[in-house]
Amino acid sequence: MSPHDKPACKCAILATLLALMLPAACIADFKQDDNLPDLADYQLEGKLPENLKGQVILLDFWASWCGPCKSSFPAMEDLNKKYAGKGLTIVAVSVDEKQENMQRFLNTANVSFTVVRDARQKLVAAANIRAMPTSFLIDRSGKIRFIHSGFNRDETIRQYVKEIEQLLEEPKP
Amino acid sequence: MMPPQNAHITILTTRLACIRTAMSLALSLAAGCTTVKPWQRETLSDSIMQPGRNPIAAAQLDHIYFSREAASGGTSVGGGGCGCN
Repeated sequence: MSPHDKPACKCAILATLLALMLPAACIADFKQDDNLPDLADYQLEGKLPENLKGQVILLDFWASWCGPCKSSFPAMEDLNKKYAGKGLTIVAVSVDEKQENMQRFLNTANVSFTVVRDARQKLVAAANIRAMPTSFLIDRSGKIRFIHSGFNRDETIRQYVKEIEQLLEEPKP
Repeated sequence: MMPPQNAHITILTTRLACIRTAMSLALSLAAGCTTVKPWQRETLSDSIMQPGRNPIAAAQLDHIYFSREAASGGTSVGGGGCGCN
């Protein structure tokens, strides 16, 4: 190879590396101890609770086509009834592509907590969840403290109760 | 010794080949395989996408296949396709 070929080969290596880096650059998981980004930035369909600051938040990603997601709703409703007055806010984010599919399920579920739809799937892509449902427990300072992947009925409910009570007991920032 | 004109042509040809290889590699990597994310499985979870109508029978057939062939998978997404299994 002559010295004249070096810039061309450098360009080639750079282009290959860039192509390899593209998928990695798109991944931006929500991790434990990360701060939860402002949900208002994600143009979610539906009304978010007005004041989430200082609240313990249970952010749940679900879909009407996901069986375990739907079976977690009665448990979340119970948690909402028990802890909403103490500072817990549940935000269930639907990733349904069609609004009517979400609504059809909600008509039967009859829940009192906030449900919004991530119609553009931007928030869920930013969270980059590995399974459905996935939920994040956020403390009063806005930090992600616990992550639940899947819903294992009693086991998950027990963990929810333990963790929510722990976060509610922590002093307000 | 190679005449200067021939040397120049060789350099150009090598350079072009290098760029062409890199571009085809970059294109194949950028637009090739992709994975279906858990939140994108709405269509896959539709019952019409399941090869069998009876989940228990399908599980039995899968088990027979696994026992006979010492291999499993490759049929469809487990459970409702929600990525929770």
